[in-house]
Amino acid sequence: MTATVARRQRAGVVATRARARGRSGYLLGAVCVAICAVMLAPLVMSVLASVKPTAEAAASPPTYLPHGLSLDSYERLWTYQQGLPTYLFNSLGTALLAIAFTLALTVPAGYALARFEIPGKEVIFVVLLLALIVPYQALLTPMFLLFARVGLTNTLVGLAILHTAIQLPFSLYVLRNSLSAVPRELEEAAIVDGASSWQVLLRILVPATVPAIVTVALFAFIMSWNEFLGALVLMSRGSSFTLPLILAAARTETSLGGTDWGMLQAGVTISIIPCVLVYLLLQRYYVSGLMSGAVK
Amino acid sequence: MFRGRRSRLVGMAYLAPAVIFVLVFTVYPLGQMVWMSFHNWSLITPPRWVGLGNYQRALADRQYWVSFLFTLKYTAIITPILIVGGYLLALLTVERSPLRRLTRTTVFIPVVIGLGVSSLLWYWLFSADFGPINKALMDLGIISKPVLWLGVDADRSNLAIIASVTWKVMGFGMILFVGAIQAVPTDITEASLVDGASYWQRVTRVILPLTLRSVLLVTLVSVIGSLLAFDQFYIMTAGQPQNETATSVFYIYLNSFPYLRLGYGAALSLILALTILAFTVVQLLLTRRSHA
Repeated sequence: MTATVARRQRAGVVATRARARGRSGYLLGAVCVAICAVMLAPLVMSVLASVKPTAEAAASPPTYLPHGLSLDSYERLWTYQQGLPTYLFNSLGTALLAIAFTLALTVPAGYALARFEIPGKEVIFVVLLLALIVPYQALLTPMFLLFARVGLTNTLVGLAILHTAIQLPFSLYVLRNSLSAVPRELEEAAIVDGASSWQVLLRILVPATVPAIVTVALFAFIMSWNEFLGALVLMSRGSSFTLPLILAAARTETSLGGTDWGMLQAGVTISIIPCVLVYLLLQRYYVSGLMSGAVK
Repeated sequence: MFRGRRSRLVGMAYLAPAVIFVLVFTVYPLGQMVWMSFHNWSLITPPRWVGLGNYQRALADRQYWVSFLFTLKYTAIITPILIVGGYLLALLTVERSPLRRLTRTTVFIPVVIGLGVSSLLWYWLFSADFGPINKALMDLGIISKPVLWLGVDADRSNLAIIASVTWKVMGFGMILFVGAIQAVPTDITEASLVDGASYWQRVTRVILPLTLRSVLLVTLVSVIGSLLAFDQFYIMTAGQPQNETATSVFYIYLNSFPYLRLGYGAALSLILALTILAFTVVQLLLTRRSHA
């Protein structure tokens, strides 16, 4: 009886709300469109500035829309200092190494924490998450000294190690949780059939946790590709600069005619493209990673 | 799953590489940093024990306080903007409609690009003579001559940088808030509908209290990130004018690398790390509870 009344009441309220939504719906829709425009405008402006002809890109005051299209800025960037290919190689190489190191360390470690009885396991897990508590910005000087001693400064491996150290706690956290959540029945059957622990990991657990592995790789890529301060400290030689470093250096270029704004925005555009593509393609992994590991 | 002594060894073997890595590349540098903070060391001369000298020096160092207070000011201004803005965006985009979902995706795009790169982009947008922002403000008649946004006045630089970072990271809080709002049980929100609650009453009396933990969590993450700010200031103002916009991390960087005051830089790092630690501990406690 009361339930029926409540249901009828609820139906009435929902209908009222739908009507209200119809009126304010257009307004909120317009707000959404405006927000999208504001968010996209800087990116669009940057791309447009990068395809302006040389003279127009250096014009003051600037033009809003390019009067002509040209790839001059990209050509100048292609041959700037050591040339764009060197910097792209450095950035991409570091990011791929960081992904490889991160997965090679955290998949087995997550497996050990999820499936083996190890004395003091909880304590070890907390120690491994230490980097969450210590900001890497505070550790850069000792890192630099250590790397200088063993010849890892100005190397992609060295920078990738730093990026792995930054990313390891998050990755371990995500992978341990994901590996723990895999049902044990399949493994038990495989062990009865005589599979080794390594085979269990590779044939059963890794395929079952692909989403978590993709998430970890995605975060490692985006962090490494974008990271600035660590690269600034560890990479002092021009030939080992990553893309953000050479662009920051180009910003203060004061020879003939000041900053090359067109080239700078060409560099910004090229840096942004892989991040946005990877995000749009792997959006759900990105969001699930943020939700599960919002610790960092 | 695997039991017994042999499998225990196997498990430790799987764990060992990560443990060794963390010992070498996190624990050891941390220990060295503590050791360095008690020494004067310029790389050229051997380290010399100074006890707490570096810490005393920080207390009396004018630039240390300028940097610290500027970083606090930046954090105090940007945090409420990010939290309130992110929450309003979450309320707007949590609704299931294609336009709302598109807005959510769009607002999140800048989160995935680099802070360094977005700072380079905004460095141009805010450029006095070559940037579109001054051009637009002049065309609209809001200003009559180009404003020198960056590196001339500390407060104006701060505002410009806050605008750029807001654009860059607001989507982060939004996404986490969307997740939290979606997790609010629908029967609770429906019950408040029956009670005749208006939309804003529902938000302030039902949704906000039930997502308060996420709000705290995102606040802490934002505060920690802001206290560690570096890229945007290094790129957009280079600390100018007169290092007034050099943040705490920026000042540590200056001491450690260009000035080679390694011991002093380490002491400042440790002070910063302890400040952050206080926030992180609260954050981890909140995270753990929300998973329990």
